[in-house]
Amino acid sequence: MSVQNVMAGAEVAARRRASVMVGLVALVVMLVLISLGVGPVRLSPVSVIDALFGGGSDVQQVIVREIRLPRTILAFAIGGILGLSGAALQGLLRNPLASPSLFGAPQSAAFGAVLVIAFGLADVRSWALPVAAVIGAFSSVFALLTIAGRNAGLLILILAGLALSSLAGAATALVMNLSSNPFVVLEIAFWLLGSLEDRSFRHVVLALPFIAAGAIILFSQRNAFRALSLGEETAQSLGVDVGRLRLMVISGVALGVGGAVAVSGTIGFIGLVAPHLMRPFVGHDPTRLLVPSALTGSALLISADIVVRIIPSASDIKVGVLTSIIGVPFFLYLIMRERRALSGGVA
Amino acid sequence: MRDDTLVTAQGVSVTLAGRLVLSDVSLALASGHLVALVGPNGAGKTTLLRALAGLVPSDGAIRICDDALSSLGLHERARRFGYLPQGHLVHWPLPARDIVALGRYPHGATDPARLTAKDADAVLRAMQAADVMEFSERRVTELSSGERSRVALARVLAVEAPVILADEPTSSLDPRHQLDVMQTLRAAANKGTLVIVVTHDLGLAARFADTVLVLSEGRLVSQGTPAQALSEQVIGEVFRISAYRAEYQCEQVIVPWG
Repeated sequence: MSVQNVMAGAEVAARRRASVMVGLVALVVMLVLISLGVGPVRLSPVSVIDALFGGGSDVQQVIVREIRLPRTILAFAIGGILGLSGAALQGLLRNPLASPSLFGAPQSAAFGAVLVIAFGLADVRSWALPVAAVIGAFSSVFALLTIAGRNAGLLILILAGLALSSLAGAATALVMNLSSNPFVVLEIAFWLLGSLEDRSFRHVVLALPFIAAGAIILFSQRNAFRALSLGEETAQSLGVDVGRLRLMVISGVALGVGGAVAVSGTIGFIGLVAPHLMRPFVGHDPTRLLVPSALTGSALLISADIVVRIIPSASDIKVGVLTSIIGVPFFLYLIMRERRALSGGVA
Repeated sequence: MRDDTLVTAQGVSVTLAGRLVLSDVSLALASGHLVALVGPNGAGKTTLLRALAGLVPSDGAIRICDDALSSLGLHERARRFGYLPQGHLVHWPLPARDIVALGRYPHGATDPARLTAKDADAVLRAMQAADVMEFSERRVTELSSGERSRVALARVLAVEAPVILADEPTSSLDPRHQLDVMQTLRAAANKGTLVIVVTHDLGLAARFADTVLVLSEGRLVSQGTPAQALSEQVIGEVFRISAYRAEYQCEQVIVPWG
């Protein structure tokens, strides 16, 4: 094979990735327009765009800009950060089953937030909520990576993640159990299901700084993930500070997931599913998976949030319930695929 | 000490989990040499390699090109030591070309799709030297272990570091691939690189190395040319075997025998 061919191969792959990105952006834009149009009052994409830029009737403007826009922005940002966190964790741990929800990050973030609400430390719209959620998420991911140690296998990660999510779940249940105010319990319960209903720009302002900071931190570490494909020791010999990288990824995931959970409750499995959907299109390079996974996460959550609004049902289906209903079977499918690695055989 | 001394170690010791794995190792190695590091299992060969690369903390002084290893940042170390670990592990099915391009990571080339002309040249030179051009597009997980070892070798050559540290690069390879790997490393040494190879194959060490270092229980017990370092007495004491010795086509032959 000639020198030209080697370089040509790289260019073909780069062009394919570029077209996947264009497709993803187009898909997300389309879903955003649909999301702004769907609800008790259905609006066409044209009238949505019109209302967005100050046209149409006052009612249409209020519906699109004040009711549906915050919800859609949150779905975009939260789906994006969950997809990005999943891809970053999979890159860090070199493990296709890594994801925030399997490591108990959203559950622990929720526990942090629930504590704040139950003790009446703050109302549901204060900064204390995302801060507590970030601390919860940080503790769980940090604990998981400490328990698992370096070069942890699939099984240890999943078992440790299961233990940590159960612990966070039990702790949350205990808080609800001990809470004397039934209204507080009801509020916590509904919020734990994970939903984007009735969110305002106040919620966007609350969550977005944390999500943006998490995304920037994770994206800034992108190149190290590729070097890490060769294992931690080799990556270090190539100049990657692996200890610092771990801390950065934990912080990025905690900020992103904490900020997200503080306004939406627990929405699981997007971080697990998004990178898997993208691998057939952009390849297995963990660095190149980050942005496509984030966009796929956004597309998934916006779609799920559209679906819960159009499914006919007596009471509202929560979007977090929907993502889990779809996500868990997908997780089982992945376990089946990774069966040999999990049972200790040669992968 | 000769003028072309590249790497020196003075009283290097390594303690891992409370156990002294490497004890008071001192050596001076010159550029353009192929150095074989031999010794029984658990003698500390890999630990010495990792200490030289700065991958484990060590006591004593290690210097490279007149700089103390401890004074160099991670990237600067990475540019001076190409490290080839055992096993050639790759976690994701990346194309061979991208793996080789990771050798340019210490030089700031973090994206294999956007290499500068200089980095691209280094990658191509390495791929040609290790003879992996024909499967540059194939995923490394689909390659045979012989092919994968050549890709790993190309990756470490692409660093174009003054020192290559290779940990058992010939293990689990068939005789043809073992010779290929050693010949590629020999060629790198002939071009001025200091190549340090950990091996269990005394025959390969005797044939290809300029210098042999013998480690036993964490101590450097013998060093010199293959004939000096692998004397009958050393082989008997360190490996507790005897060896058949001969010369074939003007090269040393050592075959472990009884």
